[in-house]
Amino acid sequence: MSKGFTPSPATPGVITANDLRMGHCVWMRDDSWTADPSQAELYEDQAIAELALLNAISQAGTVVGPYLVEARRGADGRPEPTHFREEFRRTGPTNYTDDQQAEFEASHV
Amino acid sequence: MFDARPQHNDQHREYLHHRVAQFRQQVQRRLDGSLTEEEFRPLRLKNGVYLQLHAYMLRVAIPYGTLNPDQMRMLAHVADTWDRGYGHFTTRTNIQYHWPKLVDIPDALEALASVGIHSIQTSGNTIRNINADAFAGAAADEIEDPRPWAELLRRWSTDHAEFQFLPRKFKISVSAGKQDRSAVSAYDIGLRIVEQDGERGFQVWIGGGLGRTPILGQVVREFLPQADLLPYIEAILSTYNLTGRRDNKWKARIKITVMERGLDAMRADIEEEFVRRRAEFSGFDQEILAGLRAEFAAPEFRDAPTEAYEAARAANPGFRSWTDTNLHEHRIPGYASATVTLKAPGVTPGDATSAQMRLIADLAERFGHGDIRINHDQNIVLPHLRKADLPEIYAALREAGLATANAGKISDIISCPGMDYCTLATARSIPIAKDIAAHFRARGLEDDIGEMKIRISGCINACGHHHLGHIGILGLDRAGVENYQITLGGDGYEIPTLGQRAGAGFPADEVVPAIDRVMDAYLELREGPDERFIDTYRRLGVAPFKAALYPANA
Repeated sequence: MSKGFTPSPATPGVITANDLRMGHCVWMRDDSWTADPSQAELYEDQAIAELALLNAISQAGTVVGPYLVEARRGADGRPEPTHFREEFRRTGPTNYTDDQQAEFEASHV
Repeated sequence: MFDARPQHNDQHREYLHHRVAQFRQQVQRRLDGSLTEEEFRPLRLKNGVYLQLHAYMLRVAIPYGTLNPDQMRMLAHVADTWDRGYGHFTTRTNIQYHWPKLVDIPDALEALASVGIHSIQTSGNTIRNINADAFAGAAADEIEDPRPWAELLRRWSTDHAEFQFLPRKFKISVSAGKQDRSAVSAYDIGLRIVEQDGERGFQVWIGGGLGRTPILGQVVREFLPQADLLPYIEAILSTYNLTGRRDNKWKARIKITVMERGLDAMRADIEEEFVRRRAEFSGFDQEILAGLRAEFAAPEFRDAPTEAYEAARAANPGFRSWTDTNLHEHRIPGYASATVTLKAPGVTPGDATSAQMRLIADLAERFGHGDIRINHDQNIVLPHLRKADLPEIYAALREAGLATANAGKISDIISCPGMDYCTLATARSIPIAKDIAAHFRARGLEDDIGEMKIRISGCINACGHHHLGHIGILGLDRAGVENYQITLGGDGYEIPTLGQRAGAGFPADEVVPAIDRVMDAYLELREGPDERFIDTYRRLGVAPFKAALYPANA
């Protein structure tokens, strides 16, 4: 479930998944899930990360396909993606402008 | 009104409503915890529901790419009500909605079922949506309308109990023109309607497919009498079902079965099984076919003078350019088929807004005998238009951003959704397509370059059919950076050819300059404006274009 890395202070990770009912990307924080990736819990210890992942997997009524993926601590201390795939999951598709995305978002009730 | 797709009988609707009710219950059982994700996943996939990068994705089949206006309006309604106001048309003539919520999908499917559309067998190891020539029933070079055959195959394959758990997915395409427009060599089964000694039949290809192991199909039967189609197809499927590999997903397609066993061994098994299968067919399929032929009867074409059309061409350069580029010869004088490309500058290839869908529906109803097609190139075709009506149609299309004169040109790019949406993707496709289109538009070279098929896939599964592009682009993840491999000389239609990999890949920002160098080389090397890129490539081979791509190595 972890994407080819071992969580450590040098290579921390976050746990992410998709929301079961709605499908959008979510990130684990404490025992629950947030749609704001900057609020994700950053795991720097392998054992704690693996326990958290087991907890995430047990929440199959809330999320789909949780996995642990490498992240880095940003300048503000908040997690940032290290791979472009996770960056796109954070920011959404790049083929529409921010304005278009916002418009779509507004129409997607 | 001529109903372009005769699937609206009560029995069909009842079946679809039953399937939706079943899926609604399955969704509910997933949400209340009665089903695990592992149990639910194959059930949702059977209904065309994937979980992608940012959201669920609903893939809806458009059988042989044919829609009537009510169906197109319903696609627009679904986009507005349960998605974000647009849909994405694919190379296999499906529409994909990229933002539905799982809890809403049963309602969307119920709405689609009311007009006879569904998502059954748009995923899973079954026989997928049947493809056919987008100019079916209209093309001047057509031997016979392939749609009755495609519809017969659709009805036969839908929920066919024997073929619900094949080793892997299975795709069938039917072509009926003297020129193949359905890429039959790239399908698990490709069918070409042919004539031999005054009799019509099928040339049957098997074992084609792209993906991580691209292989062109081979002819397994040069001439199959038309009446034997279903028993012969059953014999192929049955042989594959028993001998196809199930130990390795990547070696499970029929192309690998044919490669490993050899065409002759496959043919022998198929012919033996065919004898048995044919005995089981009582002729009911031919009765159904006769009914389908009647339902697909050509519309009543009218007398179609072309003076107004010619006058508009003379007066309006934009219209003239569009008609030069986007029209296809119709079998009836005074008529034409028009390709409405979903490739306007800056837009995502294959995306259409709900307003654009509704406009197409209105135009088809008003001018086009109620007939709409989606083609392999992710464009829309209005197959039956009077040339006299084209100025008015063009004006309406232009207003909606749908009158780009680029069918078959360098900006008419096939692109899979890539990593902007797809969870399997290793790189993005759409921005590369948009950048190439914008670049050559800015340079004003599009018309000078002429016919050019660029195909882009965001991973080795090759949904963008990059192997068949005159220029193919494959997006990969190289050490955490998007990187693009270029193949040259592919062709899916005239002379089936897989593109040849040119060399090392390019970072995203070097793809456009690389394509630019290839185009400059072509313009310099061609023998005249009538020699297309693919002709120059066939004449000179890969070397001069490789030198253009990698000048430091030349």
